[in-house]
Amino acid sequence: MMPDLAQQQSAKLVLLGEMGSGKSSLVLRFVKGQFFDYQESTIGAAFLTKPLPEYNVKFEIWDTAGQERYHSLAPMYYRGAAAAIIVYDVTSADSFVRAKNWVKELQRTGNANMIMALAGNKADLVKGDSSSRQVPTEEARAYADEHGLYFVETSAKEATNVDELFEEIAKRLPKAEVPRQSSGSVPLEQTQPAQASSSKCCS
Amino acid sequence: MDEEYDAIVLGTGLKECIISGLLSVDKYKVLHMDRNAYYGGESASLSMSQLWEKCGNGGSPPASLGANRDYNIDMVPKFIMANGQLVRVLIRTTVTRYLEFKAVDGSYVVNKGKVNKVPATDMEALRSSLMGVFEKRRARSFFIYVQEYEEKDPRTHKGLDLNTMTMAQVYAHFKLEPMTIEFIGHALALHRDDSYLDKPALETVKKVKLYHDSLVRYPDLRSPYIYPRYGLGELPQAFARLCAVYGGTYMLNKSDAEVVYDDNGKAVGVKSEGETAKCKFVVGDPSYFSNKYKKTGEVVRAVCILNHPIPNTDNAHSTQIILPQKQIGRRSDMYVFCCSYAHCVAPQGKWIAFVSTTVETQNPEAELAPGLALLGPIEERFVQVTPIYEPHEDGKSDNCFISKGYDASTHFEDTVNDVIDLYQRITGKVLDLSSEDPMVANTEV
Ligand SMILES: Nc1nc2c(ncn2[C@@H]2O[C@H](COP(=O)(O)OP(=O)(O)OP(=O)(O)O)[C@@H](O)[C@H]2O)c(=O)[nH]1
Ligand SMILES: [Mg+2]
Repeated sequence: MMPDLAQQQSAKLVLLGEMGSGKSSLVLRFVKGQFFDYQESTIGAAFLTKPLPEYNVKFEIWDTAGQERYHSLAPMYYRGAAAAIIVYDVTSADSFVRAKNWVKELQRTGNANMIMALAGNKADLVKGDSSSRQVPTEEARAYADEHGLYFVETSAKEATNVDELFEEIAKRLPKAEVPRQSSGSVPLEQTQPAQASSSKCCS
Repeated sequence: MDEEYDAIVLGTGLKECIISGLLSVDKYKVLHMDRNAYYGGESASLSMSQLWEKCGNGGSPPASLGANRDYNIDMVPKFIMANGQLVRVLIRTTVTRYLEFKAVDGSYVVNKGKVNKVPATDMEALRSSLMGVFEKRRARSFFIYVQEYEEKDPRTHKGLDLNTMTMAQVYAHFKLEPMTIEFIGHALALHRDDSYLDKPALETVKKVKLYHDSLVRYPDLRSPYIYPRYGLGELPQAFARLCAVYGGTYMLNKSDAEVVYDDNGKAVGVKSEGETAKCKFVVGDPSYFSNKYKKTGEVVRAVCILNHPIPNTDNAHSTQIILPQKQIGRRSDMYVFCCSYAHCVAPQGKWIAFVSTTVETQNPEAELAPGLALLGPIEERFVQVTPIYEPHEDGKSDNCFISKGYDASTHFEDTVNDVIDLYQRITGKVLDLSSEDPMVANTEV
């Protein structure tokens, strides 16, 4: 039986990490099952959504939009996020340094209950021949354990551990508490002004 | 950064971010820089430790204030008119998708030392304790006139030409008493002094209408105001994101950013860390353009942390209280704003109250006394005096398009007017806010 859609919890999920680490590729693999060798650097991303009915959750996935290039991402981007995936490229030590900075930043300013995952992407490049690997698996795992992050090495290209990554986050989402409480919020896009009831009344 | 851009925008205050967003949507190639490591400039919302440092209170914030990161304290407190121009800009640019707004609970005005709810509609006028029975009827017919007034429909003008009549004459026409005139002019039209009385009435009638239309714009509003969760600092970030989505480049922490001029004094680029980015023109707040602005006044603002709602406001989580000039023996009005953890700007159980006014004396802090007196016990207080700057020129001769500072006004109408003006000077185009249709495609990745 399909779960009640109205009951489905929306969860904001953000991806952070060095340019070119594969954030967009991971999202594209997860949401559309696609991969492009020449994935363009993200400029105009808004967000993609993907429901996971088995977990009764709908992910609202935010990919970064160019501000990351000079380390100038606006904090509003990860504000109120239920979960964050911090991505690095296993063949780039610099990208791992950047990932660790993101963990620090989120632990300092982010939502205290945010679920964080660390993804070492492009694992296909070190399969068999590990000469280009710059971040040892054990080092990343130790770091993740120390900081309470879920850790996995992924390949967006070969679809390795991508669904697992997102599903693990879905599993860990707190069931009761929804960080994005929308009680009392005013929906600005509602174009029809409320009826001016006052002037219609008689006295 | 040795690249060429159409526009370089300096400072990530709200005005600059709206402009850079609009320019990118218009396909200008934009580079946006800030000397600070954070977004928002003057319009940022600060954490407690940032505010503590900025105001030099000494030592570190006491533990009783709660978690530092739960504070988002506005440097320029204002509320957003629900039917005002900022909402139109937000909707037209679809920036609303990055933000969440909540209603402001109440709007109040001080009269004879007492805090009263502002009556804003004909019905509320009838219930208000501010007026006697006969005055209520007169006020009611004024409100009905304003609510029904349409500039383009002469039938609704009922024989009054608001372009030639002064507002004082319109008040006289409805035989309104001085006290009613005071709250209409100051608490509904939100004039900061009485100079409007002798000007054509149209502007003031439109302002009262804006107040009323904002009140009925969305269901269940109890004031005409809305306010974003996490504070006003979210607004510039949201427009910056729009700019980035349309290809704009962002660089923060450029503490040495400096405009480069050619021999004729025209801006041709911006230099930072030994590199120069070229551009056709520069936009920014006055602080990035030495000698190109003048001081037009000063605003004094107190930020107060409270453990309780403001007394006599029905335990509201968010309120505005207006102290009209005459009630407190001043030339300009004083404003109290209040927000709480309900808008995610303070830790659980804390309220942030702001008291602000235009500086009139040598001792600005003392001027705030009547506003501070309304707040009840204050846990912590920070006072700042901010100069307001205005550019000398319109940018046509030097390619420098400079925004004005943020004055003491309570809402964003003047802010958006300055943006509309800048946009027109830069692009030669009028920013059309009459429609609410999105001006950008509603794209997914
Ligand atoms: N071999 C391999 N290449 C990958 C993988 N994931 C991404 N790439 C490639 O790496 C490049 C960058 O990937 P993107 O997904 O654009 O990276 P990004 O993090 O979104 O980059 P920005 O948008 O610029 O921040 C592209 O050429 C991808 O094809 C992977 O798992 N394996
Ligand atoms: Mg990308």
